Amino acid sequence: MSRARNVSRWLGEHSELGVAGFLALLGVLVIADAAMLPPAVGQVGPIGPDVVPYAIGGLLVVTAVILAVDVLRGGHGEAESGEDVDLSEPPEWRTVLLLAAAFAANIVLIDSAGFLVSGTVLFWGSAYALGSRKPVRDGLIAVGLTVATYFLFAHWLGVPLPLGPFEGVL
Amino acid sequence: MDVLGNLLDGFATALTPENLLLAGLGVLLGTAIGVLPGIGPAMAVALLLPVTYTVEPTGAFIMFAGIYYGGMFGGSTTSILLNTPGETAAVVTAIEGHPMAKRGRGAQALATAAIGHFVGGLVGTILLVALAPVVADLAVNIGAPDFVAVMLLAFIAVTSVLGKSRVRGFASLAIGLAIGLIGLDPVTGQQRLTFGSLHLVDGIDVVVVAVGLFAVGEALWVAANLRRTAGRPIPVGRPWLSREDVRRSWKPWLRGPVIGFPFGAVPAGGAEIPTFLSYVTEKRLSRRADEFGKGAIEGVAGPESTASASAAGTLTTMLTLGLPTTAVAAVMLAAFQQYGIQPGPLLFERESELVWALIASLFVGLTLLLLLNLPLAPLWAKLLRIPRPYLYAGILFFASVGAYAVSSDVADLIMLLVIGLVGLMMRRFGLPVLPAIIAVILGPNVELELRRALQLSGGDLSGLVNTTFSVVVYCVITVILAWPLIARLVRKQSREKTPAS
Repeated sequence: MSRARNVSRWLGEHSELGVAGFLALLGVLVIADAAMLPPAVGQVGPIGPDVVPYAIGGLLVVTAVILAVDVLRGGHGEAESGEDVDLSEPPEWRTVLLLAAAFAANIVLIDSAGFLVSGTVLFWGSAYALGSRKPVRDGLIAVGLTVATYFLFAHWLGVPLPLGPFEGVL
Repeated sequence: MDVLGNLLDGFATALTPENLLLAGLGVLLGTAIGVLPGIGPAMAVALLLPVTYTVEPTGAFIMFAGIYYGGMFGGSTTSILLNTPGETAAVVTAIEGHPMAKRGRGAQALATAAIGHFVGGLVGTILLVALAPVVADLAVNIGAPDFVAVMLLAFIAVTSVLGKSRVRGFASLAIGLAIGLIGLDPVTGQQRLTFGSLHLVDGIDVVVVAVGLFAVGEALWVAANLRRTAGRPIPVGRPWLSREDVRRSWKPWLRGPVIGFPFGAVPAGGAEIPTFLSYVTEKRLSRRADEFGKGAIEGVAGPESTASASAAGTLTTMLTLGLPTTAVAAVMLAAFQQYGIQPGPLLFERESELVWALIASLFVGLTLLLLLNLPLAPLWAKLLRIPRPYLYAGILFFASVGAYAVSSDVADLIMLLVIGLVGLMMRRFGLPVLPAIIAVILGPNVELELRRALQLSGGDLSGLVNTTFSVVVYCVITVILAWPLIARLVRKQSREKTPAS
């Protein structure tokens, strides 16, 4: 029981090893992709398309190893500060999950239900995730922002955003 | 005078109603962004990259430059009134500016900051006018090996000089380089890191990368650590300066550019280091050194002028060498690429009209900023009251719209979220973002020039060091890389000496 707790605490304190893991994985991916490039046809030059990827993959793996060593020796990356950032309390990952969910909904909806729906869902959902508890006011702002943005992009920038079922309504 | 003639032509372009409007829009947006928490000029320019689809390049860059200068102006407001710097450039300002505001001298602090910005920006931009054509002329003959050396220097400097941990800087650089590989190899046309996906064949659009790293990553990170109780800004009246304040400020204003411009021009992290140096200098030179820490006006005037001048230095390097030394410059370089324009020595020949209009607009923007900021500072401070949920929800909203507008492809939104999560991880674990974005933008160019240089030398590695210039640059790189070692040796030596003496 206490051993399991110790292990989880150790992992919590060394969560930065995950970054090293990510770098190593990315490095291996880059190297593997370079190794599997088909032989080039025609003029290649002294350096083929695989040389630079090997170097970058190598750099990733080397930084991964050095970073892991640094973390195991007690090194810590300094979390970024900012005006609205309070580092004295642990991060609230729930907020990030909710925001990611709102963004995912936006991704799923934009082509099927159109930008007016997906944009409203994204803004309203994000505001809720960030702690706003005025659903009606948030909703009105979300709809207003979405419609205004649609016109801005369609008429000024010439980028028509998809309307989905609202085609012809606006 | 060729330069003066060009500059006058530039003013003619910059002062057309449309460009004047865009410059005004830029400085307004820039100031607002500087004041607003959590959103910096790099993020703002990234979010505005979609305007490159419709606004012609001259107008777009006039606006972006306005945002850059405006962000510097606005950043000091929060430093002074709230003790929370909006931009890294304004960190030092808080040290003296906030105590000034607490003692009821907020109006003077805002005034000396605004005028300091104007003076610093003005001197810096004059230096830009004087130096840029000379540098471009010198650089016009640099070949592929020199280009590779300079870019490598930029990579090494940006990872080693900046930040607290080198290995984390290199990790960030490597992530950026890997993202830059995705797509078709420019020489052979082979697909790299595309995993057979059609969406990845053209690479990840630089808009998506910039918006993902700066806007989505930042919004997610702030959201995770959102301050529950927002600070209350100190109320302040209209900025003004007494004769005594001017007497104490004018020298620091003029000293600022001397420190700021050169530091902005080299890849050493933009305004962070020079503003600190300026602060230390003013403290040493001031006859009121005892007042430092309690609200000395010199400690606001100097660093703010320095910050503004460093922006001009940054633009000089970006325009003449195509080398971004700060995040804003990196995103502006991405904007140039959207238009298919390659900044660098040839820019002054090929896009003479655009460059000079942009430079002229810097003078226009500075004047507009001074007129806007002196009387309106209390109004700007009201922006701090915006509810945070709306601010960050809005950032995510515009990030999504901007990325989707690139090619109306949902795949871009998925990439945006993934890159945003990478940006979140980087902020959580202290990986600086700047090396990554510079690597994404410059990486492919470096590879191309590297292969070109080696093709010319028939694959012989000596082809990379066959010019004096490149040899010098590699020596500088070696010194930077070996610096911790050198510093340790020097420290050891001096320690051995001390007990003997």
